[in-house]
Amino acid sequence: MPPLAQRNLFHDKVRLTVTLTGIVFSVVLIVVQLGLFIGFTTATSGLIDHSGADFWITSKNVPYVEQGVAFSERKLNQVRAVAGVADAQKVIAHWTQWKRHDGGEESVQIVGFNVDDNLERPWNLVEGRVEDMKSPDAIILDELYKQKLGVTRVGEVFEIGGHRARVVGFTRGIRSFTTSPYVFTTFKNAQSYARLREDQTLFILVKVAPGASLEQVRRDLLGHVKDVEVYTTAEFSRMTTFYWMFTTGAGVAVLIAAALGLVVGFVVVAQTIYATTMDHIREYGTLKAMGAPNSYVYKVIMKQAAISAVIGYVLGMIVSAFVVHASQAGGAAILMPPSMAVGMFFVTLLMCVGAALVSINKVTRIDPAMVFKG
Amino acid sequence: MQPAIAVRQLTKTYAEGSTGTLAMRGVDLDVHAGELLMLVGPSGSGKTTLLSIMGCILTATSGSVRIAGREVASLREKDLPAIRLQHIGFVFQGFNLFPTLTAGENVELMLDLKGVSAAAAKKRAQELLEQVGLGVKYDSFPADLSGGQKQRVAIARALAGDPGIILADEPTAALDSRTGRTVMEMMRELAHKRGRAVVIVTHDARVLDFADRIVKIEDGAIAKASDVDAVPPGLLVHGMPLAAASLA
Repeated sequence: MPPLAQRNLFHDKVRLTVTLTGIVFSVVLIVVQLGLFIGFTTATSGLIDHSGADFWITSKNVPYVEQGVAFSERKLNQVRAVAGVADAQKVIAHWTQWKRHDGGEESVQIVGFNVDDNLERPWNLVEGRVEDMKSPDAIILDELYKQKLGVTRVGEVFEIGGHRARVVGFTRGIRSFTTSPYVFTTFKNAQSYARLREDQTLFILVKVAPGASLEQVRRDLLGHVKDVEVYTTAEFSRMTTFYWMFTTGAGVAVLIAAALGLVVGFVVVAQTIYATTMDHIREYGTLKAMGAPNSYVYKVIMKQAAISAVIGYVLGMIVSAFVVHASQAGGAAILMPPSMAVGMFFVTLLMCVGAALVSINKVTRIDPAMVFKG
Repeated sequence: MQPAIAVRQLTKTYAEGSTGTLAMRGVDLDVHAGELLMLVGPSGSGKTTLLSIMGCILTATSGSVRIAGREVASLREKDLPAIRLQHIGFVFQGFNLFPTLTAGENVELMLDLKGVSAAAAKKRAQELLEQVGLGVKYDSFPADLSGGQKQRVAIARALAGDPGIILADEPTAALDSRTGRTVMEMMRELAHKRGRAVVIVTHDARVLDFADRIVKIEDGAIAKASDVDAVPPGLLVHGMPLAAASLA
C-alpha cells in the first residue's frame, strides 16, 4: 500500500503535534496514577509482604496491620506447640510519637521484632547491620525520612514514646503509606515505645515447617489458640491493602485519575484523528469511488492511529521514566513494573484505535458520489 | 457485440421530504467499446446522475444497468465497489489526486487496490505515467504539477486498473483550451486505439468535436433529436445526425 496513512499523518505537523501531545499526556497521566497506585499498594503491605512468615496471628477483628490489638504473649507458647509450626515470633507494629531535637513531634510506626530471628527484619539496609540492634535502645529507620524526623547520621539519640532511641542504621526504600515512617527496633524496645505491657504483643508471626499443610496448620492453630484470627501473609496483605486503597478511598481516587487520563487521551486523539479524517474526507470518497472496499479505507485510518500510538507511547514512556525516577527520592514512590510498561503499550494502542473508530464511523457513511460534486 | 454499458428504462428518484424528485426518467442507452460518448445538457438535467449510476456509484430506483454484460442494478451497495474496481476508471473535474502522494504513488494506489504487488505496481505506474507523457514526474507531488499534468496523472490512475470503461466528469473544465484538447486527445485515443468505452460529461463546447456520439440529457431523460442544438455538424445525438449550434 502506498504510504497514504503516514503521509496524511505527517503532512500536518501542527495536528500531529496536538495528537502526540494528547497521547503523551494521557500515557504519562495513566503511568503516574497507576504507578502511584502500585507504589501505594506496595507501601501499604510492604511490612507484611517482607515478613517472611506464612501466617499472621492477630486478635479478633483486626482489619489491617496498623490496627493491631494487644493480646497476651503467652499465646506464643500455644502457637509453638502446634504441630507443623517451625517458628513463631512476637511482632509489634504500632503508632507512637517521635520527638525531634527541635522539640517537634512526628508520628511513627514502631516495628518490634526478634533480632535473633528471621521474621519481620528490616530489609535493604544501606548503613548499619540488624545485629547492631542488639545494643540498648537501637533503632533503624529509612533514609527517606531523615529530614522529616530530623535525623542526620547514625549514632544520634532521640526520644520515642518518652523512651530513649539511638539510630544504628538506615534502610532504603521502605516507605510507609501513611505519613508515619516505620522505625524498626527490638520487640522489647517496641513494647516500651508503644507503651504496651511487658506481657503483650500485637501479632504472632508463624513459619510453617517444610512439607506441612498450610491449611492443616491453620486449622490446628485456630483449634488450639483461642480468640485469635489466623491469616496467611497474602490474606493479611490483601486486607491491609484493601483497607487503605479502597475503604479510605485513597486508591479509588488514584484509579479515577488514571481513568481520567485514559478518557482525556481518548478524547484528544479521537478529536484530532477525526479532524484529520475530515480534512481528507474527499480523498476517502475518491478511494471508495475507485472501488476501494470500506476495509481498505479503515486500514488507512487505523494505520494512522497505530503510528500515532507507537510514537506517542515511546515519547510518553520516556517522560514517564523521568517522572518515575524522580519519584524515588520522594515520599510517594511511583512504580512502573515491566508488566505495566508492556500493558501501557496495549492500552495506548487500544485508546488510539478506539478513538479512530469515531472517524471510521464517519468514513463508512461517505457517499462516493461526493466525488462528482465540484 | 454486447455493449460495455447497457441502460434500460432507468429511473432514479431522490428522496426529498414526503415526496421525491425524479432525476432520471426511463433512460435507455448503450455505450460500446471503442466509442467516445459525451453526455451534455443543462445543469441539473441528470447527466452526473446518469454517469454515477453507470459508474455503480449510485443505485437506480428502477430499470436495468448492465456493465460488461452483468446486471448491476439489483446488486447490493456493498457489492458495487468490486464492480467499479474491475470494470470502471474515473476521471474527475477536480482531478481528485491524493495530495500527500507523489504522481507515481497516486497511480500505484489504484494498482494496490487491484492487488498488484508493490514492486510490480511501481513498474506499471512508471509505464502508465510515461504513456501520458509524465514519466519524469513520477516523484512530483500534485501541488507541483500543472492542471493538465494533474489530469494526465488522473488518467494514468484510471487506466491503472485496466478498466473497460472510463467515465469522466467535466475532465476539461479546470483546464485551459490547449491543455483541454490534449486531455481529450488522450481520451479519444483510449477509445479508438485501446478499445475502451469512454463516457464524458461535459459543458465544454470546445471539446465536442472529439465525440463519436453526443447524448443530450434534459429533465432526466434523453432529449429528442429535435430538442438538441449547438452540436457540431456531422455528429450524432443519440444515434441521430444533427446540425445545430448551442448546447447548454
